[in-house]
Amino acid sequence: MAQIHVATPHHVAPKGLYYAVFAALIVGTLLTVVAASFDMGAFNNVVMLTIAITKATLVVLYFMHVRWGSRLTWVIVCSSFFWLLIMFTFTMTDYMSRGWLQGTLR
Amino acid sequence: MPNGHSEHFPGPIHQPPLASNVDAIQPGVHAEHAHHPKLQHHFDDMEQQAEASTLGMWVFLVTEVMFFGGLFMAYIVYRSASPEGFQEASHHLNVIWGAVNTVVLIVSSLTMALAVRAAQTGASPKTQVGWLIVTMVLGAAFLGVKAIEYTDKFTHHLVPGPDFEWAGKYPAAAQQFYSLYFCMTGLHALHMVIGLGIMTVIAIMAWKKHFDAEYYTPVEVAGLYWHFVDIVWIFLFPLLYLIGYHLHE
Repeated sequence: MAQIHVATPHHVAPKGLYYAVFAALIVGTLLTVVAASFDMGAFNNVVMLTIAITKATLVVLYFMHVRWGSRLTWVIVCSSFFWLLIMFTFTMTDYMSRGWLQGTLR
Repeated sequence: MPNGHSEHFPGPIHQPPLASNVDAIQPGVHAEHAHHPKLQHHFDDMEQQAEASTLGMWVFLVTEVMFFGGLFMAYIVYRSASPEGFQEASHHLNVIWGAVNTVVLIVSSLTMALAVRAAQTGASPKTQVGWLIVTMVLGAAFLGVKAIEYTDKFTHHLVPGPDFEWAGKYPAAAQQFYSLYFCMTGLHALHMVIGLGIMTVIAIMAWKKHFDAEYYTPVEVAGLYWHFVDIVWIFLFPLLYLIGYHLHE
């Protein structure tokens, strides 16, 4: 009897998990709007970016199935944030350190 | 004489790779393991094929991260040059529309995830297409709200250029902010338009019963793209709409 090789390429996540992630994303959106209405100085940025990164991580892990992905997928996903950080860090160390040699520290 | 060599160098290595020969050497190999019609012959099995496609999509998404990353880089540089100016400019964006669009995109990500799940679990084409259409309707709603916002910016002279008018303290920074606003949300909206095109193709494929529990890679990969566009907006919303929200209510 011909038998098709059964190998589900990916894990099928329960619907409940998707609804939970969705709820967390909505709560995160509300939180970020409420937090932004208070003047916390530079801390506003910390809060909004922490919430945004958490939301993005939830989407990547569950909606984009990386949670059940191969090691190689993890490497590629992490590499994108690694290269992004290199770009941000190196560019800003340049911008922020301009003028230091002339002794014009801002 | 194609087989002239075999006489001098006999052995399996020198057998010409003809299909009839393979069957002769390994009789019944196809009958024992009938493979999925969508399996390309250079892959061992469906799992490897799906993994290769997904990885390829992720590599593309890394380049997309860097593509948008350049604009985020510009945002960081100009905002750090004039933080107060950016806050003042951001205050004139409509937080309600921005928040509504954020929720619309999050719901569309949920329906996209459910569309992929429908294909994964071998649900009927009706169910798969249904979730895809809901996703597309939400994507179109997002673009509709964006159109309302853009129209508002044009009527209020907030589009960078000779018609730009700013009554606040930081007109130069405001113009830089709105340049970045249009570049970032414009590139994002372009991705949404392309996403709607991709979803149309995927919905037609789903309707024609292309997908089942073993082969749903196109839905999965299109879903990755859609979620990526959602993630970009997750960062754009607070960075553009909310940085001046706490100013004089």
